[in-house]
Amino acid sequence: MSAKLSRRQFVSVMLTASGALVVGLRPALAGPPPKVPMDMLGEALTSLGAFVRIERNNRIVVGARGCEIGQGVMTSLPMLIAEELDADWNRVRVEQLPYGYEIGVDGPRNRYGEQGAGGSTSIPNGWKDLRQVGAVARWLLIEAAAQQWQLPRERITTEASHVIHPDGSRMPYAELVERAAAILPPAEAVPLKKPEEFRIIGKPAKTVDARAIVTGKAQYGIDAYVGGALVAAIVRCPHLDGSLASFDDAQARKVDGVVDVFAIEGPVPGSAFNTNLAAGVVVVAANTWAALKARSKLKIEWKPGPWAEESTARLAAAAEEALKGEGLSLRADGDMAKTRKAARRTLNAKYTVPFLAHATMEPPHALIKLEPDRALLVASLQDPDDASTTIADLTGLARENIEIRMTRAGGGFGRRLKNDYVAEAVMVAKKVGKPVKLMWSRDDDLRHDFYRPFGVHRLEANLDRKNQVIGFTHLCAATPVAYRNASLRERPANTSVLDADAFPAGLVANFDKRFFTLESGMPRGWWRAPSHTFQAFATESFIDEIAIETKQDAVALRLALLGEPREIDYRGHGGPKFDTGRLAEVLRRCADAIDWKRRRTDGRGVGIACHFTFGGYTAHAFEVSVDGSDLKIHRAVCVTDVGRVVNPLGVEAMMIGGTIDGISTALNLAITVKDGQVQQSSFADYPIGRMAQMPNDVEVIVVPSEREPAGAGEMGVPTVAPALANAIYAATTVRVRELPILPELRRKL
Amino acid sequence: MRDPQNKAGKEPAPAAPAAATGPIELTINGEKFRHTGDPEMPLLWYLRDVLRLTGTKYGCGVGQCGACTVHLDGKATRACLIPMAALANQSITTIEGIAGPDDLHAVQQAWIEHDVPQCGYCQAGQIMAAVDLLKRKAQPSDADIASLTNLCRCGTYPRIRKAVKRAAELIAGAKS
Repeated sequence: MSAKLSRRQFVSVMLTASGALVVGLRPALAGPPPKVPMDMLGEALTSLGAFVRIERNNRIVVGARGCEIGQGVMTSLPMLIAEELDADWNRVRVEQLPYGYEIGVDGPRNRYGEQGAGGSTSIPNGWKDLRQVGAVARWLLIEAAAQQWQLPRERITTEASHVIHPDGSRMPYAELVERAAAILPPAEAVPLKKPEEFRIIGKPAKTVDARAIVTGKAQYGIDAYVGGALVAAIVRCPHLDGSLASFDDAQARKVDGVVDVFAIEGPVPGSAFNTNLAAGVVVVAANTWAALKARSKLKIEWKPGPWAEESTARLAAAAEEALKGEGLSLRADGDMAKTRKAARRTLNAKYTVPFLAHATMEPPHALIKLEPDRALLVASLQDPDDASTTIADLTGLARENIEIRMTRAGGGFGRRLKNDYVAEAVMVAKKVGKPVKLMWSRDDDLRHDFYRPFGVHRLEANLDRKNQVIGFTHLCAATPVAYRNASLRERPANTSVLDADAFPAGLVANFDKRFFTLESGMPRGWWRAPSHTFQAFATESFIDEIAIETKQDAVALRLALLGEPREIDYRGHGGPKFDTGRLAEVLRRCADAIDWKRRRTDGRGVGIACHFTFGGYTAHAFEVSVDGSDLKIHRAVCVTDVGRVVNPLGVEAMMIGGTIDGISTALNLAITVKDGQVQQSSFADYPIGRMAQMPNDVEVIVVPSEREPAGAGEMGVPTVAPALANAIYAATTVRVRELPILPELRRKL
Repeated sequence: MRDPQNKAGKEPAPAAPAAATGPIELTINGEKFRHTGDPEMPLLWYLRDVLRLTGTKYGCGVGQCGACTVHLDGKATRACLIPMAALANQSITTIEGIAGPDDLHAVQQAWIEHDVPQCGYCQAGQIMAAVDLLKRKAQPSDADIASLTNLCRCGTYPRIRKAVKRAAELIAGAKS
């Protein structure tokens, strides 16, 4: 069959030995079909894992290509395929696909398309290609039915894994599998369903593997025990870019089960990042406990590195100094000098945003098995492409010979966009010569992360006689997200920290936004909704301050700034346009839901904020009271417009989760540095919020939309911190301008 | 009685620390086991590394997060803190043993009904804590539910609240 598929095709089809129809995104094979027995071919094709398999019993198996980090892609991406295939969703079984790198006829490619998880892009990407996968499979099945029934294909319809004859009789897809597989797929993309034909998209779908999760059977990367792997634990240098002076492993080696103890070097400070994060001493043992126990018995002397003086206090002082300079201009509209002169009134405020750790519930880990000509990685990942490259760089293996088994991941939040722990596992496995499972402790995780940048925002608003904002200046001094990353370094320093066109850019005639780089030895990376959590706290708190200072309604002021519904230019991720009307709509609905206009007399205060994140529009409102220094959140409302919703239950989950993550982080969390060392090391000093601190419910309202879906993983976080700070002000008249909120509130009360 | 660490059926080596206290016998999910390894090994690592009962998760190793919650003689306990030496003749239930092989506990059922899990990593611990709570408080108040201290990094707490209440209904319904 493959011989006929000589032209380049978007979708290929194969019949496996078991009679399952396999449809996947892969180019046609250029050469003759491989000369292997059919049963072996069937097995191989199945395990290569194209997207759709139709079994004899008419059960449809759909492959899930994404990294499931809790954002629901194991459910939502297969929904896209099943919709266009017209599969019976209740009988669909979803299987996680492995990483799909291969050498195709045109060179290296991923047979499954984009598999990484970042920037809320899984759904927008899948919307473009995965629906076509389902549509082509359905096209073939209809074609097969047309042949069998001797009917024009236009007269045949489909429903719930059956083709429907014009006389109403139904035939299961399974009965057409063989015939369908012999048909050449169409050269052009086939038409997709109209939204009014959707039976799966837009309907609530529960997590497909929920039963496995609640029974403890779901497999995470950390649950892998492949090939009798030894367990490695590493004590990493606590000094930023420090090094190992000496170590004594006499006691560690006495621990039963210890196999080896050795040092691994840290990276050359400032070198491009494709390796480990810090120098360390490695313990390799028969099991996790032996490795951890032996590790605790090491005696190590470290040498501080070039950042020995670094501290959060020094960074804050450096920010003050930096802000006196010229900085990097991101956007300059109108005439700011003239505006300042003309202004009747000028308001200023400074906001400080801390480093943050990701603290995924499942700590970093990686199981690696190296063989002379191949490798196997099992780990919870967000960027399998980068993991593959990292392994290839460190071993010299060809990437097509590196197998990556993807698993459910115990959270991501951006931490697993880095593969330092994969690199470490490779370094250790090379030295040991056996399969190795590297385990990180919570302490390791909090002390050795790629932290969300630290920074200081200075905002200024110039007001005219009518208290209209005629000028707006946003200066920000921060540690760039570019850390030992060559491709990021070629981009402007504000990348993923501060967006040139974020609100209220384009809405105030005279506008000045500048970025000031703070040098730091702290590793930095992307943290859920990276630049948006970082900047929305400042801009949305400041808008509230302007409203209060000028005795305007904070919602009305925002609506006035947003003006007539229209699209304005937005150059960052989520652009190229920002729709002022959509942001105004979520704000209005949020204000209505929290009963914004009702004056509270019972010590409660209401705060609100809205923001545009990665193509999605979200507003949050909270009703809070402060008793002593105890904050109680009585109500939490989240309104979002993320375009067309694929899985309403999933979007609601992301907004509840984003809100709770936002509260936990805004109230409690900061990573600080002193003497060139991270100071936090456990959930005692990095206190992720518990149930008692949280509102009983998060009221989620999703604005119905027919726009392209935007994804939903990150939009629920950025507006939480400013809405909370604004609510606290309303309840107490105490303005919190530094995160996290609770320590600052206690200082100020 | 199973001792997965002693595959060859040998007596433990005399020099091994286990020899000092002898093998530790305990019951896990109704099955008897004999531990002949390090008596200091926390139950968590015995469950995971030795028995491959990986539903019990590692989250912090110091009893703060609750991802490793199991039942020790019916009470919710954090498996990362209990050494095997403390478990002689004790009975442990893990997430794998909370219901029959093809059954679901009412709490698990409620968790599915309310689509609680996001990443799902903490949920086995959350469920074990909730089962324990419902044994003590058949009709838990909001404050009772808020007394659950297990961490969820994804922020599933609001759905956990609803699922705990639903589980209480299911259990009450089954009894009446």
